Amino acid sequence: MSEEYILQVKDLHTSFYTDSGEVKAVNGVTFNLAPGKILGIVGESGSGKSVTAYSIMQILANTGKIVSGQVLYKGQDITKFDKKQMRGFRGKCCSIIFQDPMTSLNPVFTIGNQLMEAILLHTDKDKKQAWERAVEMLELVGVNEPRKRMKQYPHELSGGMRQRVMIAMALACEPDILIADEPTTALDVTIQAQILELMQELQKKMGMAIIMVTHDLGVIASMCDEIIVMYGGRVCERGTAEDIFYRSGHEYTKGLLRSIPKADGSKERLVPIAGTPINLLNLPKGCAFCARCDEAMKICLTEVPPQVQMPDGHYASCWLTYKRQMNEAEVGLNEQ
Amino acid sequence: MSSEYLIEVEDLKQYFPVKTGFFKTTPLKAVDGVSFSIKAGETLGLVGESGCGKTTVGRSILRLYEPTGGFVKYNGEEITAANIQEYRKHMQMVFQDPYSSLNPRMTVEDIIGEPLDVHRLYNSKQERREKILSLMELVGLNAEHATRYAHEFSGGQRQRIGIARALAVDPKFIVCDEAVSALDVSIQAQVINMFEDLQQKLGVAYLFIAHDLLVVRHISNRIAVMYLGRVVEIGDADEVYENPMHPYTQSLLSAVPIPDPVTAKKSKRIVLSGDVPSPMNMPAGCAFCTRCRYAEERCAQECPSLTDRGNGHQVACFREG
Repeated sequence: MSEEYILQVKDLHTSFYTDSGEVKAVNGVTFNLAPGKILGIVGESGSGKSVTAYSIMQILANTGKIVSGQVLYKGQDITKFDKKQMRGFRGKCCSIIFQDPMTSLNPVFTIGNQLMEAILLHTDKDKKQAWERAVEMLELVGVNEPRKRMKQYPHELSGGMRQRVMIAMALACEPDILIADEPTTALDVTIQAQILELMQELQKKMGMAIIMVTHDLGVIASMCDEIIVMYGGRVCERGTAEDIFYRSGHEYTKGLLRSIPKADGSKERLVPIAGTPINLLNLPKGCAFCARCDEAMKICLTEVPPQVQMPDGHYASCWLTYKRQMNEAEVGLNEQ
Repeated sequence: MSSEYLIEVEDLKQYFPVKTGFFKTTPLKAVDGVSFSIKAGETLGLVGESGCGKTTVGRSILRLYEPTGGFVKYNGEEITAANIQEYRKHMQMVFQDPYSSLNPRMTVEDIIGEPLDVHRLYNSKQERREKILSLMELVGLNAEHATRYAHEFSGGQRQRIGIARALAVDPKFIVCDEAVSALDVSIQAQVINMFEDLQQKLGVAYLFIAHDLLVVRHISNRIAVMYLGRVVEIGDADEVYENPMHPYTQSLLSAVPIPDPVTAKKSKRIVLSGDVPSPMNMPAGCAFCTRCRYAEERCAQECPSLTDRGNGHQVACFREG
């Protein structure tokens, strides 16, 4: 069973303990990642998408803590790992690239120095071999004049180049999983296209699985094998890109899709989602989205909606979809 | 005396001196000869990548910077440093970041009231307060919150405060500098709709600066595309999106991630190689020639000017069609 998936996240709860109380950033997230697949996690700020990624890597801020749940990597629960084991896991089994390539590289070390660090730590290559490996990685991610770049400092490179270096660093030890946390948000569209293309190319070449965390529905539409939509620290919906975009089963997903301008340029008026984002200090008892949902029912206020299964592993956590399916089942029974 | 256009920008130049040696300064040509015009009640979208000078254009129009060359006309009359105070009653700006563009020590009432104070647009305290409350209502803020401070509001609400402040003087033209970029999509849609409603109600014209090309297409009547301080293409929004003629516009539009899996998988990206050259060291000819697929010898030497290709669709490129 565990062979089928490289990473399984089971009922993950992560909270931050702040002065004003417990902020429940992730409230029971469950998903599976198959080897060599691209999983997209999409949501607005505060939906818990980045915290989910950080929980997997265990790089939460000091106030943050995984409260309960499991993260299984090849069947092993990594939430039980000690610090040393985690150091072995990061970089070698699972790497992360961050949103901002300007601040995630160390300004006082050369590119080469930073690239070699991971290689020296995780493999038994000597310095010379590590240097060669680093040059090879830079070539792979399409950095021109890699030997010259090795001796340069981050400020000498452009944003797109820095993000390439980040990717090279993350992939230097050939991890099985690459987590990309908003990898192109800070970049311009033409550079974004370059980086996305590069990630897809590398994925084909090296065969790692990718978790793509983003708020941009455009980015995930073309790239991902599977998409999770998050709101208020919970998974609203899971399915393929087509499931999410064309057969969406959750009111929040539908709302998101209605609030972005259409690609065909029709000047149709946007339909925004009313209200303001949820306060994680004070989560509602029922569905996290119920306060902003047009179709909210009584039950939405009091009980967390169940996962409603639809064809091909597509599911949505919504009472409305649940009710619809129940009605259809009833009609089916009556007809029989 | 009043002209067809509300705002006319002619050959606007904005250079910033950058120290490149002990005694040497080199001009950084942020905006290098930009011309366009905006009709009353119209929205002109200004797109381009970071560093192309789109924000500088917006700021130079309002004379937040003193332009190096060229001029801006409002209703046919030239704006100069001497009369800008007067014209700021007609032209306002909404900034990108709703967190840093509001003074944290002022209440909402004072933030929105400040332009009223500056231009002395009221006769009594009572009138000032009434004006502020009606402005808050106009942008969908709860009037009871007038005595609160900016930090007590969410991002979308703060952007509404910024918009109310811009509207306080009853302007005819607003520069929206990335006004929705910092907002989440669901909130972004609320603010975009509000911009559209306000335009209908008050007849304001916008210069809508943004890097999100789908949003710009949605809101704009016409669009100008900038690259390294120059406008490379300008025209009707749909015309530019459906039939982009400049190679830069073509690749820029093809790079837009499309939020629709079927179209996205079908569409072909024209991926540009390389990065934008430094504006300190611009190519002598067409600024885009270092990354252009079609670049010829001529492109590196001469700079193409905007030429009309029909229906006001202007392109700065030597290549025909």
